[in-house]
Amino acid sequence: MKFFFLFKLFVLKPTDIKDPEYYHKVVDCQYACPAHTPVPEYIRLIAAQKYTEAYMVNWESNVFPGILGRTCDRPCEPACRRGRVEDEPVAICRLKRVAADNKSNVSALMPKAPFPSNSKKIALIGGGPASLTVARDLAPLGYEIHLFDDQNRAGGMMRSQIPSFRLPEHVINEEVGFILDMGIHTQFKTRVESLKDVIAKDYDAVFVGTGAPKGRDLYELPGRQEGDANIHIGIEWLASVAFEHTSAIGKKVIVLGGGNTAMDCCRTSRRLGGAEVKVVVRSPFNEMRASPWEIEDAMHEDIPILDCHVPKSFVVENGKLKGMMFEKVIAKYDDKGGRALVNAGEADVFIEADDVLIAIGQSTSFTWIERDLGLEFNKSEMPVVDAVTYQSTLPKVFFGGDAAFGPKNVITAVAQGHQAAISIDLFCSGESLKNRPSPFVNLVSQKMGIHEWSYDSMVEIDNRQSVPLVDKKLALSDRKVEVELGFDHLHGFTEAQRCLNCDVQTAFSENKCIECDACVDICPTSCITFIPNEEDESALRLKLTMPANNHDQAILISDAVPGTKRVMVKDEDVCLHCGLCAERCPTSAWDMQKFFYSVTKAGNQCQIAVK
Amino acid sequence: MTYIRPKFRHPDLKTNDLGYTKTVYEGSLSTLCAGCGHDSISAAIVQSCFELAIQPHRLAKLSGIGCSSKTPAYFLSQSHGFNSVHGRMPSVATGSNLANKELIYFGVSGDGDTASIGMGQFVHVIRRNLNMVYIVMNNGCYGLTKGQDSATADEGSKSKSGSVNMFNAIDLPSLALELGAGFVAQSFSGDKAQLIPLIKAAIKHPGFAIINVISPCVTFNNNPGSTKSYDYVREHIELTSTVDFVPFQEEITTSYEAGAEQDITLHDGSHLQLHKLESEWNPEDRMSAITALQKTKINGEILTGLIFIEPESKDLHHVLNTVDIPLNQLTAKELCPGSVALEELNAELR
Repeated sequence: MKFFFLFKLFVLKPTDIKDPEYYHKVVDCQYACPAHTPVPEYIRLIAAQKYTEAYMVNWESNVFPGILGRTCDRPCEPACRRGRVEDEPVAICRLKRVAADNKSNVSALMPKAPFPSNSKKIALIGGGPASLTVARDLAPLGYEIHLFDDQNRAGGMMRSQIPSFRLPEHVINEEVGFILDMGIHTQFKTRVESLKDVIAKDYDAVFVGTGAPKGRDLYELPGRQEGDANIHIGIEWLASVAFEHTSAIGKKVIVLGGGNTAMDCCRTSRRLGGAEVKVVVRSPFNEMRASPWEIEDAMHEDIPILDCHVPKSFVVENGKLKGMMFEKVIAKYDDKGGRALVNAGEADVFIEADDVLIAIGQSTSFTWIERDLGLEFNKSEMPVVDAVTYQSTLPKVFFGGDAAFGPKNVITAVAQGHQAAISIDLFCSGESLKNRPSPFVNLVSQKMGIHEWSYDSMVEIDNRQSVPLVDKKLALSDRKVEVELGFDHLHGFTEAQRCLNCDVQTAFSENKCIECDACVDICPTSCITFIPNEEDESALRLKLTMPANNHDQAILISDAVPGTKRVMVKDEDVCLHCGLCAERCPTSAWDMQKFFYSVTKAGNQCQIAVK
Repeated sequence: MTYIRPKFRHPDLKTNDLGYTKTVYEGSLSTLCAGCGHDSISAAIVQSCFELAIQPHRLAKLSGIGCSSKTPAYFLSQSHGFNSVHGRMPSVATGSNLANKELIYFGVSGDGDTASIGMGQFVHVIRRNLNMVYIVMNNGCYGLTKGQDSATADEGSKSKSGSVNMFNAIDLPSLALELGAGFVAQSFSGDKAQLIPLIKAAIKHPGFAIINVISPCVTFNNNPGSTKSYDYVREHIELTSTVDFVPFQEEITTSYEAGAEQDITLHDGSHLQLHKLESEWNPEDRMSAITALQKTKINGEILTGLIFIEPESKDLHHVLNTVDIPLNQLTAKELCPGSVALEELNAELR
């Protein structure tokens, strides 16, 4: 043995791959999804045209695949590995829709009511995604669920705030229906005016999923009162359109705000008679809060977006709204990244308008919760809620969705609903809420033979497919015509094949390695290095063949290899999961192993009792 | 199914002086056995040519027959290539080099192709000091015909089927030294840190440069008892020195402790920096190189690294005193200067 390495006393420990979170983090999309939907798993099923199975994998995790496949905020897509090795991520969200659109009748696969009762009663206040998730998780366990909502149907903001041209009503009805069919006792058109009254009834637990129903207004702005007849709060206006109380708007419309609600408002206006609709936003264009694709969709419908315009006043003449005055600003940034909007030194701008929609944010409303119940509120009038258990300071009251921590999105509400359901189940069983169930994980080799893996490991070079749209004229003529047509089978397949199967993990066993370098030589993205171990991870990262500069991504460090006592280091950052390392390994020291990770839902945590 | 290599590469791949990434120097996907040492050598060749910023079309890769001789398909796919008859690569190389001396000639051969069927050609190409790199991918067996002992298999080495080799091995570096080669090195496919600078120096050497690379046959000669297995070679490697190749544009900044360091200036001004681990060995002295080789052989070790170098080697063109213009660029005008020139020549001889 004549290799000369300086052996250090304290070197980095091998990566603990027994910790499910290590491999979980490698599956970027799933890790980024608040509900941790097993994305690559269902994408493979879509490629195999097993749409029903793909739908059920989704349904288990995110409850509303059809709805989310059209409207999700897609935290998974910016995380997608594909975005790091080429330009664009896999169109994960729209693939989900492919599963929902093409599934066969799934009702037989759904939990079937009636369920044997466990004699516990739960009240859910609000009928949105968070409450419905709690209902879905708890009803099959035998809980008697009472759901209260002030509308005449369940769905919450999914129904009232998301326009039909993005999310058709039948999709909501179907997926909400799966849950209500589990024997949920619904009390619609029932506005809960007092939490005290609810608690006074004999519910074992109460879940508050009332969302963020209050739209921000511009009370202070001159002309606000005088022009009130033609000034509307975005989310309220959208709801009134959805429930068919409003069917027209003026020809000239200003939409204030740069978020997704503003995008929905302007596009809805276009369909209700708004010929000249403008979005006016304070911040610079590239800092708008709306998702890029929603901005794109709005611009596609000929809606200009005027950025750096701060509203100054509503201009009202003879009691009739004429338009708005805006101050032009520019954004100035300080060293700490703080932003100030300062006057651009230009003349104020007048924009004509028949109607103005204010879509500048929304907030929670808890006027119906008495402050003497022992349920604490913080300074910003938000209930004090545990970030893990979703329990309030009043033990039997739980919060979830926008009501818990302010406005986020549907998928976050679902994730929180799952966790709140676990807490409620533990609470009703008299167990500690800290006993969170471990995730369900499975790791199994995909090797089937020489050159044969049970997944399609070939890396496609196709670009991201774009979703076909309905003819613009038709779309703008009817607010109920869905704009996106969704992928057909072929486009769905092509897009599904772009998935890199990040859940098929590169598992390395150092004791089998003979250091022939075959994996190092074949790796297309040069992410494998055999190297003397270091004391410090940052130092090790820099010494790799391709320095591992993306510190958000882990490096896999093996134990010392028998031959030279070096360690194998693999940078997870741009690994393509193509399996060539395993393919070229003569001793099977590398193996491709499929990692399945699923967040355990309420009632499935039997392993806890064993502990 | 993964025998198609994805097109994606690391987004931060470096470029060389020509602005090329390593990808430009790659070949098609290897069809050799998984884990073959030859693939590592191919990767080292790719890396060396990338680092030297060689224009791919200025290099010709030549080979004979055998697993080793298949490898030119797996590197430098944009270079010239000639897959010749078994053991006859040196004559094709000689012909090409005589015709066009401006290309870099990169010969790849195996132990069978060199030490058995090609031995006659091998010794003569050394003798003639043809300006080329000659890499032997030496695995001590005939891998392509299921692993029979080759002429470089050590005496006493056990094959996969259990039979013990009865014959003495031909030691290619010793033979090359004996025949007057100007650049002799030995390396191991599993040690790219050593192999890459050696390949770079061999390309820069203005004459015949041989690198004998022990390259384990993972299928037929990687068993206990074999002296060419990954484990055995790692256990028995003896280094002459560590090698650093410094292109002539770069300033030499590293310095080793006095006595252990030796700096060799190559023909084109590049440097080979050696950190010597063998005290009695001088890479510029043929006798000490032969001694070092013999000594390690007696000790049952394998000497790797640069063994001998003669920086100002005189290659075949120099010996034959050929014209400066490559022969293939000579036109009828130069080759047939006409009756006036003939008259003048004749007059000189009168």
